[in-house]
Amino acid sequence: MTTTVSGGGDVPARAPTGNHPPSMVRTCDTTGLSVCLTSQRFIRWHAVTAVVFLLVGGIGAVLLGLTRWPAVHLLSAEWYYRVLTLHGLDMLIVMILNFEMAILYFAGPVLLNCRLFSAKMAWVCFVMMLGGALMLNAAILSGTSDVLMTSYVPLKASPWFYLGIILLAVGTLIGVINFLATIYIANRDHTYEGSLPLVSFGATAAAIIAVVTLIHGAVVMVPTWLWSMGIIPHIDPAWYRMTWWGLGHMSQQVNVCAMVSVWYLLATMTTGAKPMSQLVCRGAFVLYILFINVASAHHLLVDPGVSAGWKIWNTSYAMYLAVLASMIHGFTVPASVEVAMRKKGYDRGLFGWLFAAPWGNPGFSGFFLSLVIFGFGGGITGVVLGTQQINIMAHNTLRIPGHFHVTVVGGTALAFMAVTYYIVPLIFQREFFAKGLCRLQPWLFAGGITLASIGMSFAGSYGVPRRHWDVDFTGAMFPVSFDSGAHAFLGLLGVGAVIAFTALLLFVLLVVAAVFFGRSNAGSPMEPWHEERQSGGAITVDEHRAPGTMALVVVFLVCFVVYYFANWKWLADVWHVR
Amino acid sequence: MNPEESDQRPALQRKLFDNVWLLLVLGVVLPTLSYTVWGWIELWLVPAAKLP
Repeated sequence: MTTTVSGGGDVPARAPTGNHPPSMVRTCDTTGLSVCLTSQRFIRWHAVTAVVFLLVGGIGAVLLGLTRWPAVHLLSAEWYYRVLTLHGLDMLIVMILNFEMAILYFAGPVLLNCRLFSAKMAWVCFVMMLGGALMLNAAILSGTSDVLMTSYVPLKASPWFYLGIILLAVGTLIGVINFLATIYIANRDHTYEGSLPLVSFGATAAAIIAVVTLIHGAVVMVPTWLWSMGIIPHIDPAWYRMTWWGLGHMSQQVNVCAMVSVWYLLATMTTGAKPMSQLVCRGAFVLYILFINVASAHHLLVDPGVSAGWKIWNTSYAMYLAVLASMIHGFTVPASVEVAMRKKGYDRGLFGWLFAAPWGNPGFSGFFLSLVIFGFGGGITGVVLGTQQINIMAHNTLRIPGHFHVTVVGGTALAFMAVTYYIVPLIFQREFFAKGLCRLQPWLFAGGITLASIGMSFAGSYGVPRRHWDVDFTGAMFPVSFDSGAHAFLGLLGVGAVIAFTALLLFVLLVVAAVFFGRSNAGSPMEPWHEERQSGGAITVDEHRAPGTMALVVVFLVCFVVYYFANWKWLADVWHVR
Repeated sequence: MNPEESDQRPALQRKLFDNVWLLLVLGVVLPTLSYTVWGWIELWLVPAAKLP
């Protein structure tokens, strides 16, 4: 195992003691990093909270998958919409925001050798986020808030529902401010020299995107909360939709940024990779900061109130700069792994480095599968579905959840699971049991979520709507029926959901067992996830050449072009011009 | 990042990338103008529907 950990391949020159108060810091026996003990405590609390809500949201996921599978059709309509509301909010907001807070506490104080700016702010952040999450879950399960994640007005939920989201958003904003203040004091006290390490820079980009997200959340949720109590008479639905997606979609861009930071971290920790170009990688994060948030407009592509100019600018011209950033990361991360592996002597052929990669290390397999699923699945479908003309065929169909389950689940959640295989030994200082099952888990989860997403995407291509409880529209005034192919793909969705849930449950059990009953490794390095295989020995390679990754990029672009033009062809076919 | 590599970056780029606060301002202002403010103006300009 590579133990020279850093923030994305580059350890900034560090003041020996940082600015930690005495007895509030420990030196990691594996990485050599100075771990701020206050931050360590909050990494633990937020990670545990994330895992708990991952389990709750996961139980919701399998119930939904088994309901959308027509042959099973498990839940009643009432419980289907209730569980759909719960699943969306627990997974996309509660779980992921808690995990991202844990990442901020690592990327700020730990990587910068700095004390946390304020423990009090961290407590306020945590208590508000947890209180908000519990309030939100209680409001949904009480049956008073079956409004789905989007809670589009005039659907009205219990005031506790909106208040829960407000508490979550404000708590997170306090945590983000604490992170930015930590960067300020780290810079002021010179706890590091030069630029921020790349992982900290990526986390900063995520924090900046989170600020915009949370401002939108407050702007839309506070008046809606007042409306739910009868204090404000009316909320304009069009205004609500536009502003809400400033929260709903922008929060997913925080995920993208945090996920990419985790890729860089895990590439370094598992293979010793260093970014090929700091300039290019940082430039890509800056493109995210400037342009990724406008992609929220995707959700309004069939809304009548806004012009084509607004739609096309925000979903195409400006947003493509963020797509460029993702393609840059999608190249530089595997390329840096390729260079690192070739330097170790795995230099045979185009893909010798890839076959020799530490696939038995769940930190590596999880992050690399996340990268592939996000790039090939999420990236390609995202750009195609975000094209205004094509979107008209796909809007509100199951193709949309098919897309975001490979970005947020196959991409972000899987990357977060992968980094947990390092968080537990390094931050909780506990070793995992059943390492064979740990090695299997990322593969199982990746396979399950990929199957589920393929099922959703292709069922959506038959016109199956998203969100809807009954694909057969039983009792409808006009009979509606979908092709048998749609039913087959909905079955695939159900099977994929069961597999992914099995892997999620396995992950939770492994983490809980390790955290509460695992062997303590305090005072010694963590047990390595893999041993370096025999190679021909270290060699000198050109650090700017990655022919294997270039070949993968060509495959990616071919897939992109085929899928893009297939959709345009399909669009042309729906015009019955004779 | 090591100082040598840092120095290879053009001065303007280095200043931009190292200035978290400037990035914060740009990151808040640009999407807010492009998505939110422009969008709100367009919605505001939609004429009220007349009942038949």
